[in-house]
Amino acid sequence: MTEEIIIAGFGGQGVLSMGKILAYSGIMQNQEVSWMPSYGPEMRGGTANVTVIVSDERISSPILNFYDTAIILNQQSMDKFEKTVKPGGLLLYDPNGINRHPERQDIKIYKIEGAKLAAEMGNTKIFNMIVLGAFLKLKPIVKFENVIRGLKESIPERYHKLIPLNEAALKKGMDNPVELKPGKN
Amino acid sequence: MGELKLMKGNEAIAEAAIREGVDAYFGYPITPQSEVLEYLMAEQPEKRTGMVVLQAESELAAINMVYGAAAVGKKVLTTSSSPGISLYQEGISYIAGAELPCVIANVVRGGPGLGTIQPSQADYFQTVKGGGHGDYKLFTLAPSSVQEMADFVSLGFEIAFKYRTPVMILSDGMIGQMMEKVELKEQKPRWTDEEIKKMHDKWATIGKTPDRERNIITSLNLDSAIQEKHNHKLQAKFRKMEAEEVRYELFNTDDAEYLMVAYGSSARIAQKSIALARAKGIKVGLLRPITLFPFPEKPLADLTPQLKGILSVELSAGQMIEDVKLAVQCKVRVEHYGRFGGMIHSPEEVLTAFEQTFIGK
Repeated sequence: MTEEIIIAGFGGQGVLSMGKILAYSGIMQNQEVSWMPSYGPEMRGGTANVTVIVSDERISSPILNFYDTAIILNQQSMDKFEKTVKPGGLLLYDPNGINRHPERQDIKIYKIEGAKLAAEMGNTKIFNMIVLGAFLKLKPIVKFENVIRGLKESIPERYHKLIPLNEAALKKGMDNPVELKPGKN
Repeated sequence: MGELKLMKGNEAIAEAAIREGVDAYFGYPITPQSEVLEYLMAEQPEKRTGMVVLQAESELAAINMVYGAAAVGKKVLTTSSSPGISLYQEGISYIAGAELPCVIANVVRGGPGLGTIQPSQADYFQTVKGGGHGDYKLFTLAPSSVQEMADFVSLGFEIAFKYRTPVMILSDGMIGQMMEKVELKEQKPRWTDEEIKKMHDKWATIGKTPDRERNIITSLNLDSAIQEKHNHKLQAKFRKMEAEEVRYELFNTDDAEYLMVAYGSSARIAQKSIALARAKGIKVGLLRPITLFPFPEKPLADLTPQLKGILSVELSAGQMIEDVKLAVQCKVRVEHYGRFGGMIHSPEEVLTAFEQTFIGK
């Protein structure tokens, strides 16, 4: 099994930390992982993306042109990465702030109302965990218990009291991805 | 198995240095390697092992602090990125001339000048062909994973002390910034003063005792005859490294009709290109130099008879290709492919370049 993923959105949306938690989850079940950010002078507000690869085998290139899954969280990223999903691959996006919805006919397209659900749960910071939950529902490449272990490893101990909230957000995401049929978005 | 962590390459160097029992780190921040100094400052290794971590006032200061600490037999590390490494060159030449051990890591970014902060491999010439002045060679390790960033700290010090020579870890922004699984070694204790005296009393300036002559650390000797003799001694060391310390990795070469030669980040990308080529039935393999000096000339020459062509893949305008050509001595066609200035070639781009060059489409 090798899953090649791009996660792309705005800086500050938790794009890089979502990738980090996914990568740590892979380590928890003895898989090989790589996490390659687009790094630049921007910290918040600019576009941010990270390539995460989880595999049973040694990983070759951590930088790719095409992906099994694209998780897309803003319009700029939709414009850039919709075309990079491999045929038959998965595009998961949050429609919040998207004005041109995906149009590919040869891939699976799902939406997750991450921003909306996070607001309903009363904490916009757990947005990325809702989106990650939706992804794991669609592609259960790592076990849920290992995601929780990955969370514990990747966030500082002083924030461990927030793990139940993150767990709830992951579950909320798992319950809510909506499949979109081509041409009806 | 040691402790497993998800770390950036830069963080792995820093943590590996603490666990190696390094005595001192001197550096000055520069993207894309600033996490080394940041990690060390946050980790406060003076509390864990007594290791000194100091942000110098400039790169010139940092490399001369390295010179000083190395002169007393301490394990000393510095890291920087391309423009900073250019500022190190005078010090590196002095350290090589004075025959002192140290480890320097360059997390290369695009140049020339201040260039960009994105990954590049355009410091190959500077690293293996001189950089500083005078007849010296810089032992160079090229990590292609976060694990190797950690492992080459230990290996670098082993070689630095074995040959009393500066060792360069030549990585780039990609290996420095990416996170991967890394297995960390157990903590080694720092050397005690007694251990340093026992191992390095012949050369380190740790205080003269009545039973021996004064140890002098210098790269200056105005008597040309003595300087030539000193140079012969240095050259003998470099020849010994060439004979005994070459490291490389082969991938899919048994039946290969074509070969890519790539190190560090480019080797990772080339490996994926090779998988794509193999899926199309093209028999191509990879030779990954792990040491850039000494360069794996013989393994490359040994592979040459079975090859129709070699593609040297680098994030540069073509630097390592010169060493590839020297190794194969015109017995096979050698071409270069690479993006540069901070751009990174994709596996598909490398494959297309390979096919256009050698297959003719």
